[in-house]
Amino acid sequence: MTDQAYNFAYLDEQTKRMIRRAILKGLAIPGYQVPFASREMPMPYGWGTGGVQVSAAVLTPEDTFKVIDQGADDTTNAVSIRSFFERTAGVRTTTATCEASVIQTRHRIPEEPLTENQILVYQVPIPEPLRFLEPRESETRKMHSLEEYGLMHVKLYEDIARHGHIATSYAYPVKVEGRYVMDPSPIPKFDNPKLGDMHAVQLFGAGREQRIYALPPYTQVVSLDFEDHPFEASKADHSCGLCGATDSYLDEVITDDQGGRMFVCSDTDYCEGRRAAGFVGDMSADNPAAAMMAAQPTLEIQT
Amino acid sequence: MYVAVKGGERAIESAHAWLAEERRGDPSVAELSIFQIREQLKLAVDRVMTEGSLYDPDLAALAIKQSRGDLIEAIFLIRAYRTTLPRFGASKPVDTGAMACDRRISATFKDLPGGQVLGPTFDYTHRLLDFKLAADGDVPEAPSRAASPGEVPHVTEFLNQEGLIEEAPHEDTMPPDLTREPLEMPADRALRLQALARADEGFTLGLAYSTQRGYGRNHAFVGELRIGAVTVEMDIPEVGFAVEIGEITLTECETVNQFTGSKTEPPQFTRGYGLVFGQSERKSISMALVDRALRWEELGEDNVGAPAQDAEFVLYHADNIQATGFLEHIKLPHYVDFQSELELVRKLRREAGADRVQEAAE
Repeated sequence: MTDQAYNFAYLDEQTKRMIRRAILKGLAIPGYQVPFASREMPMPYGWGTGGVQVSAAVLTPEDTFKVIDQGADDTTNAVSIRSFFERTAGVRTTTATCEASVIQTRHRIPEEPLTENQILVYQVPIPEPLRFLEPRESETRKMHSLEEYGLMHVKLYEDIARHGHIATSYAYPVKVEGRYVMDPSPIPKFDNPKLGDMHAVQLFGAGREQRIYALPPYTQVVSLDFEDHPFEASKADHSCGLCGATDSYLDEVITDDQGGRMFVCSDTDYCEGRRAAGFVGDMSADNPAAAMMAAQPTLEIQT
Repeated sequence: MYVAVKGGERAIESAHAWLAEERRGDPSVAELSIFQIREQLKLAVDRVMTEGSLYDPDLAALAIKQSRGDLIEAIFLIRAYRTTLPRFGASKPVDTGAMACDRRISATFKDLPGGQVLGPTFDYTHRLLDFKLAADGDVPEAPSRAASPGEVPHVTEFLNQEGLIEEAPHEDTMPPDLTREPLEMPADRALRLQALARADEGFTLGLAYSTQRGYGRNHAFVGELRIGAVTVEMDIPEVGFAVEIGEITLTECETVNQFTGSKTEPPQFTRGYGLVFGQSERKSISMALVDRALRWEELGEDNVGAPAQDAEFVLYHADNIQATGFLEHIKLPHYVDFQSELELVRKLRREAGADRVQEAAE
């Protein structure tokens, strides 16, 4: 049931046109941050207003929409954004990655590879990868236009000199098509390899910072590194306690006050799909060994 | 045993219901009407209109009621509503010289044409709690006299005749609009003034105060502060001339600032300007001081590195809706990123032998 008081997907058509122009420009110059006249949305800045505006601009009534936050469909802000579009656009929504034509995400890329028929929309808090090295927008824009990325390499080098590793574990900077250094939004660096050569269109929206950028399908995206310190996608060295997956990004869940913990897929749809297909993790209720150990009360985590 | 529970949707609904109940408070106490808020909390209404960038006292009062008196939340409601409104066009510039002044004071002259009019001000009240108000709010009628006829000229015009103050030439170029175009640096004065008019009152006050205490000092006199109603006119294409479409109350502050001259400008007084909706003296004076501080470059002054001189710093951080949204978003789940940090810290600690050191200590 669409709220009739608002235009389809909330924004007026003029605004959508303006955003689409920014998206097209972004797709034409992969990794370049296009300024756009971000609107005030009925949700706070920093809570996905950029992603919401991009989604509003690309959604059509035939689309099926999925929203995830931290990889999960049922985190509160994902629920809130999904219901916003149910109300203002009346589009079909889904939690199944493969069924969605538009996926809005915060902090994760779904585990299941995306297809050419899908658009992945990222919510971006700080679009400028150089921001914490240089706070001035006027300076960072200059650095991008001159392709002057030495500062970033020095920062990564200093990390290695100090810690033996690059001490960036999320929002790990990438270089796009050998030209622009880009912030992939705060996804864990585990997800970085998925950014390159993706079949789907990737759009990045930063509402408060008024920037849109994009990766067209099959774009070359390289995580910054050094020959002797190659980039390494990392995750917790465990398997999912529920579905047994060893290749998915894991959340650590504290299960009791004795330091007990387990690891579960952060991508809830992926985990559910695997469990439905019969995969069982070593702490799943369906696992006989785990069920016997389950004398302790069930821990329910409200998401 | 771990069972993921899906409760987000229900939790949100219940939270909203609880919030509505809390907003209403004790049902045995009479409910506030938006008319009461509009009439009796007028300065709050004025602030919400100013920073919400929408002149509508009824909607501002509704927003204050809905936000339980959290003015930034109310401003947010107004901004989100405002952005959905269609634009019919732009008004003619309002003529504050023709303002029907409720209050008009100048700190630079003892007396002046148009007179000093104190108006409804807290200025000379003693800040003593008035316990009578707790019991009953009846007030005796204030004395009144007929308004003096004619326009009230701007004080800065007097100085202008002598060439003592910088010119503010009339300009007809359409000012930029940061609600329609992304804010980009360098920002011209019109754009800076728009940003400052919408800026958070507290942030603007703090910056203005910092200039008074020496961080980019340029001593300001309040040349004039005036509050009153002005008419808004708009060109209507169908009739071919400007038509009066309404009346709004504004507070305007013009400061006269010390200036000993620079490489490019002769010694003369310079100007700072503040203009806001309703009666918001603190905000308009603050705005004028910050405006003046931001003008260092065009006046050929030195940048002493003061925060109030830094247009990028001021303009990117003055909007309380942007600021509060981003600040509060750290309440949202960040466990994915936190997990990757956990892994990293564990790894670094392992390699630094921190675990062993700790064990040895135990």
